[in-house]
Amino acid sequence: MNNGIPKWVDVVLIPLLSLILAFMVSGLVVLSIGKDPIQAIKLMVYGAFRLNDGIGPTLYYTTSFIFTGLAVAVAFHAKLFNIGGEGQAAIAGVGVTLIMLAFDWPHWTIALFVGVIAAAAFGAAWAAIPAYLQVKRGSHIVITTIMFNLIAGSVIAYLLVGPLQASGSLPESSRFPSAASLPTLHDILAVVGINFDRFSDANITFFIALLAAFFVWLLIWKSRLGYEIRVFGNSDKAAVYAGISPVKITMIVMLISGALAGLMAVNTVQGQAERLVLGAVEGAGFIGIAVALMGRNHPVGIVLAAFLFGALTQGGVELQFEMQIPSQMVIVIQALIIMFTGSLENLVRMPVERLFSRFKKGAV
Amino acid sequence: MTLTENPGQPNAAAPTPPAIELMGISKAFGPVQANKDITMTVAKGAIHGIVGENGAGKSTLMSILYGFYKADSGHVKINGIDTEITDSHAAIAAGIGMVHQHFMLVDTFTVLENVILGAEDGPMLKPSLAKARQELKRLAEEYELDVDPDAIVGEISVGFQQRVEILKALYRQAEILILDEPTGVLTPAEADHLFRILKNLKEQGKTIVLITHKLREIMDVTDTVSVMRRGEMTATIETATTSPSKLAEAMVGRSVIMEVEKSPATVGETVMEIKNLVVKDGQGVERLKNISFSLKRGEVLGIAGVAGNGQTELLEVLGGIRPATSGEVIMKGESIDLTTKADAQERRHRGIGHVPEDRHARGLVMPFQTWENTAFGYHNEPEFSKKFGMANQKAMFEDAQGKMERFDIRPPLPKLVASSFSGGNQQKIVLAREIERNPDVLLIGQPTRGVDIGAIEFIHQQIVKLRDAGKAILLISVELDEIQALSDRILVMFDGIIQGERLPENTDKNELGLLMAGVDPETDT
Repeated sequence: MNNGIPKWVDVVLIPLLSLILAFMVSGLVVLSIGKDPIQAIKLMVYGAFRLNDGIGPTLYYTTSFIFTGLAVAVAFHAKLFNIGGEGQAAIAGVGVTLIMLAFDWPHWTIALFVGVIAAAAFGAAWAAIPAYLQVKRGSHIVITTIMFNLIAGSVIAYLLVGPLQASGSLPESSRFPSAASLPTLHDILAVVGINFDRFSDANITFFIALLAAFFVWLLIWKSRLGYEIRVFGNSDKAAVYAGISPVKITMIVMLISGALAGLMAVNTVQGQAERLVLGAVEGAGFIGIAVALMGRNHPVGIVLAAFLFGALTQGGVELQFEMQIPSQMVIVIQALIIMFTGSLENLVRMPVERLFSRFKKGAV
Repeated sequence: MTLTENPGQPNAAAPTPPAIELMGISKAFGPVQANKDITMTVAKGAIHGIVGENGAGKSTLMSILYGFYKADSGHVKINGIDTEITDSHAAIAAGIGMVHQHFMLVDTFTVLENVILGAEDGPMLKPSLAKARQELKRLAEEYELDVDPDAIVGEISVGFQQRVEILKALYRQAEILILDEPTGVLTPAEADHLFRILKNLKEQGKTIVLITHKLREIMDVTDTVSVMRRGEMTATIETATTSPSKLAEAMVGRSVIMEVEKSPATVGETVMEIKNLVVKDGQGVERLKNISFSLKRGEVLGIAGVAGNGQTELLEVLGGIRPATSGEVIMKGESIDLTTKADAQERRHRGIGHVPEDRHARGLVMPFQTWENTAFGYHNEPEFSKKFGMANQKAMFEDAQGKMERFDIRPPLPKLVASSFSGGNQQKIVLAREIERNPDVLLIGQPTRGVDIGAIEFIHQQIVKLRDAGKAILLISVELDEIQALSDRILVMFDGIIQGERLPENTDKNELGLLMAGVDPETDT
């Protein structure tokens, strides 16, 4: 729908203004605890994009957020709210761990391939249960996916102090075989002669995330399945009239959504920790909701929004280190950005639309 | 902009100023000019009709008057005073009340609570409720507007809900009442009652603007009538000096053939046979009780009946939307799967096309562009498919372009979303999709509901053309005129059974009406 504003205003200007507004309010928050907001913003930007040790972690977080953002977006095109990315990614981590510990891997390419399949399958399976409950029993998917996040957390806690615990007292699994370890962006870029941050966790999964975004674009806007998903998302009555089965679409969409969320485990569990640890997902599942919201459920928007949230996460770490701003405060700043870009979007949108309609009338 | 006195309009220097004066109102939505320099005057205490096809701009004009939209240019005078109506509050303050086509009521509230909603006098409800109860009683006596003030709105009939809307406006001291297509949802008896109410209101000096596309209503109740066509006001006439056919001509800009021209049917073999069909709804109530009939090539079989007597269920079962409880449907000698496993795509493969009763919810995906809507339901057909599950969007787009041209769908822009089209053009999109598949059986529900006269004619011609090509058509409509004009054979449904079968040439409205009411005219029971 075009409300009389050009597309670039809708896609670029409004999110940008929201962002600026969010930063201004965040500045007040920083000021209120007696710190310098200008310095804080400088530090955040510098911390997130600094070439030798900023952009690497940013891209690592970005990778996770792309996956969880895409997961939310795909479900949303069928008007399903998959709040369960957190749990799906966590269980996918279990899948990756089980398969990685099961074999001696001859080469990382095979380990990556199998890891991707395992993560997607476990994530999808964890999403399949709420989906099935929705189509067969009418249990609302928002409620069930939230509950499944909690169940996933408990399952992992049990596994890490029980069957999967490595010898020792820490709640974590054994380390994966070293042949299974994935090349980092440093390794990859070294091939073309670029000296990228040696210590960052950003790894080859970043490219898989970009591939996933392209796949989602193909799926939603170019494939027949995507067409059916969008029909169902707009009107379930129309879907039934066209011979599109709501049961089938709900199941398939949730499987795809769960698989996308699950892929995040390739980045974190296989790519970074190389073992299963507690809290590997660290809220990325929830941030995916904000990413999808800000990215307007479009893959390009999601990649950009994921990058922004990746930068915020890394910049926030920097704030804690350098300015002793407590981590809770960093979360407040992130929340403000989610609030301004997501739920308070109309705050910016309406004046901008009014301005443009006035401008247009003046031109006539 | 400035505007001098329009010579075609009554002079505003009369003793009492007119209730409403619209001067040079224009409004555009993107490329669509919904209202073009409209000037209209409504005298105080008159019932003024506005007629026009769907998409002619009637509702837009009234929305401007009620403050929902802001006009691009022009201005409004209420009772001779320049008034800027920026929102509905300003409209109410100016004494304007509006009864929308789709009611704006809270279903779970009582009538009384709905009436005071937004017009409470203070933080506590009790005094307002008591005052409203008194007022409602007075209004009921004065205008035949009886409604139980303590009834829950969701539980009363549509006719009563509409009265609540009128009461809401009167409670807010409305002197000018705008009604947008008020009879679309009413039974004939309810509509008659509404017109009595309107006449009572008029006698008390209220001014009424009635938007409709039913010419009979205009002739029955209005004093003056304005005709709109494509965003322009083409005429304002005293109702007594005009006739329905003159108005119809002014609406579409040419003479309209009210009857459908068709040659006698050449009926062929049976193509579909329905045997002992039973359908129960979710509550276990039988909606279709053992229905049997057959459908032959080259005929239009009309199913008449008051809405809600099983026609919808019949259409949905045949279209593959709803499973049957028991019974059999045989299509070209083969039995059709009536279980929950069946789906509408499989029906289409068997040659059953379906124009659904509710095109907004079923027949179209409103936010989709036309080229996506014209492939809807056929999106898995080979010509719209590519390898690896991809859609052939180029083919879909070209197909839509052809359909829009052949069915004269305006504006012919395949990239326009369905919701941007008028009702008639939306229906043409659905019809183009279903008819051009050349189905052996076409199921059509309410083909011209909410469709303007020009499009009705076109749609009827298409149906007859398909019949003449030897296809079978099952037509379901609550418009008896339509059933009589189009059908070669008429079945009347009542309470889930077929109450009678008639040939259109051997029956009349009275007999069909009795059958629709469940009475057998021969035995009179």
